[in-house]
Amino acid sequence: MSDDSPRDDKPSGLTRRALFKGAGAAAAAGAVFRSIEAGAKESDTVPANVQGPGTVPVELDVNGAKKKLEIEPRQTLLEVLRLPLDLTGAKPVCDRGTCGACTVWLDEKPVYACTVLGVEAAGRKVTTVEGLGTPEAMSSIQKTFVAEDALQCGFCTPGMVMSAAWAVKKHGKDLTEDQARAACAGNLCRCGTYPHVLKAALACARKGS
Amino acid sequence: MPRQVTYKVGIENFEKYRKEVEGAVQEITVEVHELDAEPWPVDTPLRHVGHDIPRLDAPAKVTGAAKYTYDINTAGMTYCGFVTSPHAHAIIKKVDASKAESMKGVLGVKTFEGNRATYPGYIAAGVCAESPGILDDALQAIQVDYEVKPGPCTTEDAMKPGAETVDMRGESNVRGGRPMQRGKIDEAFGSADVKVAGEYRTAVQTHSCLEPHGSVVQVNPDGGATVWASTQATSGFARGAFLRGLGVQRNRVRVLTEHMGGGFGSKFGPGSWDAIAAEFAAKTKRPVKMLLSRRMEHLLGGNRPDSIQKLELAGTKDGSFLGIRGETWGTAGNGGRGAGATNTMVYNWPARAMRQNGVNTFSMWGRAFRAPRHPQGSFAMEAIIERYAHEIGMDPLAVRMKNDPHPIRQVQWRIGADRIDWKKNRRKVPGSDKGVVKRGLGCAAARWSQAGRHMSRGGPYTVDIAIDREGNVTVANCVQDIGTGIRTVMAILAAEELGTDPSLINVEVGDSRLKPGPGSGGSTTSPTIGPAVRTACVVAKDSLKALLALEWNVDESKIEWTDGDFVDPAGKRATFPQACSLIGDDGLRVSGQRQRNWTSPYRETAGCQFAQVSVDTETGVITVEKVVAVHDCGRVVDALTARNQVNGGVIQGISYALYEEKQLDRNLGDMVNPTFDTYRIMGMADCPEIDAVMTSVVSGFNNAGMMGLGEPATVPTAAAVANAVFNAIGVEVPELPMTPARVLTALEGKQG
Repeated sequence: MSDDSPRDDKPSGLTRRALFKGAGAAAAAGAVFRSIEAGAKESDTVPANVQGPGTVPVELDVNGAKKKLEIEPRQTLLEVLRLPLDLTGAKPVCDRGTCGACTVWLDEKPVYACTVLGVEAAGRKVTTVEGLGTPEAMSSIQKTFVAEDALQCGFCTPGMVMSAAWAVKKHGKDLTEDQARAACAGNLCRCGTYPHVLKAALACARKGS
Repeated sequence: MPRQVTYKVGIENFEKYRKEVEGAVQEITVEVHELDAEPWPVDTPLRHVGHDIPRLDAPAKVTGAAKYTYDINTAGMTYCGFVTSPHAHAIIKKVDASKAESMKGVLGVKTFEGNRATYPGYIAAGVCAESPGILDDALQAIQVDYEVKPGPCTTEDAMKPGAETVDMRGESNVRGGRPMQRGKIDEAFGSADVKVAGEYRTAVQTHSCLEPHGSVVQVNPDGGATVWASTQATSGFARGAFLRGLGVQRNRVRVLTEHMGGGFGSKFGPGSWDAIAAEFAAKTKRPVKMLLSRRMEHLLGGNRPDSIQKLELAGTKDGSFLGIRGETWGTAGNGGRGAGATNTMVYNWPARAMRQNGVNTFSMWGRAFRAPRHPQGSFAMEAIIERYAHEIGMDPLAVRMKNDPHPIRQVQWRIGADRIDWKKNRRKVPGSDKGVVKRGLGCAAARWSQAGRHMSRGGPYTVDIAIDREGNVTVANCVQDIGTGIRTVMAILAAEELGTDPSLINVEVGDSRLKPGPGSGGSTTSPTIGPAVRTACVVAKDSLKALLALEWNVDESKIEWTDGDFVDPAGKRATFPQACSLIGDDGLRVSGQRQRNWTSPYRETAGCQFAQVSVDTETGVITVEKVVAVHDCGRVVDALTARNQVNGGVIQGISYALYEEKQLDRNLGDMVNPTFDTYRIMGMADCPEIDAVMTSVVSGFNNAGMMGLGEPATVPTAAAVANAVFNAIGVEVPELPMTPARVLTALEGKQG
């Protein structure tokens, strides 16, 4: 299971443990901001690597294009993708790293974009569902999702596509049903499209891309 | 002049099985309106209808190009969110929003001081801000003082004598339903060889739509308004408090639902949250985006009420039902609808007597949830049938077939039994497997009764069709595609009728400027709109015939439509594109109206499901290994999307059977699991093999023979799984979800 579940991969895949550690760090940073407000000298309390409050400049590499942005350090990658960049394929659903609707690739591996800060993505390669293909020029996995009807309302679909595409990319023609299941196990779908998603992932792998 | 048409209706596939059942194919005579399309009889070869056709909107959805309400980012957007009460029952004494109001970027605050908050999640304050970050800061800066009052939140607590009542007038929270009685119930129970009694319970299930309820509201400089709404009833969305909040005349409001992320019955009207967003939009003159948080979605977005069901069955010792009686209770929240359990349908019950009671509780009211009342009722009714069959030593499938009057389901039971290998895989003695992990099979029946409607209170449902001289076809109605694929169904029917390809049809839906469409409820969408698409195409072809008649200088009544071409008696022939080339530059625009339903021998849609489970008797964990789901939706228009929808019904049903439960803090009444990591819905890892089988049944109700599918597909799943568990372990688990703890408790009871 751990071999096929992208989110257990180390080092770049985000684990729950890493997420909670990150949350602890964020809480500590909050304490620092309050002490600034209370009038302490900035140089006394703020370590050099603390960013914010307020916006900071970042350069993101999204779908192969460099984007210069001013973002708040507290903004998640998901928020940055959806709002300033208007890449709304990745969806906000659970807001806490459970449902996978916001799945994107960070350095070619799936992550929940709601559990990565925008500033953390600086200098790394971000790929969203829009980067895989467009309605006029779909990627192989997207075409197979269409052919197998691996979607209904479509709200989980961009995340599901990113997880399935990763499984196909990683295992190629040899992708097994268990591997495909494991790759998509972190993507919830309320309409119940799992059987068709599974078929699409396996069919796409068999075709080769 | 209407014409009499005699034609064959019934099952058009599964030749082998349909021959075995009387009435599976029948001849009927109907009166067809002069503008209506000719009904397609059983076994009509069709080019597109009934085939596997990918949905039209799939390319946009798999690439992230599809824009949902949540994805609308217009210039000058503002963001609306809420502070909500955590109490079952409280008076909102004071809302201190002074800090929030003074924050830079906060555009509006609305508070509800003095209101009586009668459910957790009740809105105490709403805020509108320039960015999501400022909104978060402002919401956290608002302090609310509550005067907490007693508020029983579970069905059982609310039923207790002296319990605080929700409506503050009545003496009791129990809203007794009207008793229903058919046949001589006392006689049935008096003369029965066998009587079986049971008490069954089901938990509250939340809709858990992935896209929460919400809207983007914009008051335009010209005095009109544009609303993007995540709704399953676009035509009627602009109404009530929402419309008043907007302060715009109803006919100046345009509502758009191009795509929406799941409804399942929970997204019909606007909510109080939409009304607050509308007020902010009116005040700020800027677009306002308001989507509920996941917590609010769980608390407020809708739920399937729980149930307590006491049932008794009377029967003969050779497997004939004599009667069923009982009483049910379910939480209605603050007086909503949908509480109860429908559990005396499907089979022949010579006598039945039921009473369904709604119980007011201090929680948000339930909303229609995919087949309201049916999965609850099916679970209890099928469980008691299972026990009855066990009592008299008969195969439970044979008992069901013996008492099932529906010829279509008689065919389906046979198909399902073969595909799950009932004879081989059912345990003749329940619980007889050796070892820790035990397997079993169960089955249950589905029913539904919707063949669509011909009109709303706004007149007959009407589909517009526009054709240009290049032969491009647009089919349009305001109906929304909630993921069930109505867009594609409309394209397939138009392509079939016009002799073109579905991928070439442009379908416009989800726009209130189009002719009113039905709300997507009751599994009526496809059978309401589908036949009107055919009618519109007939009208369009008549217009083309008129153009050809001028061109060919013949009487238009002489021109026939044959094999996808227009032909006249002299042998002149025009393909559809050739005929279209005669259309002027302003295009051809006509409409077709949905005609009244005819009567059909198949009053209900039929379905049945079979489940195979394994149960670990040490841990109590149930694994569903396989489900065979055989369903009827009238004529199948798109076999690919139909199977997908059946899979979805099964998956929601298993999720309901095993995992889903809105858990309340027993003292405070607040939901303790309003997140997707604590409120479990089924994921890919738990998903069994599902064999979704469509019996395509020409229903006889309308020109396309269509009926509904979405709801029946989820009706029998929990019951089939529960019966399989009984077959595996030899004891029933009488409460949903069948958690490991409940399984172990049931096993302990068996040993004791």
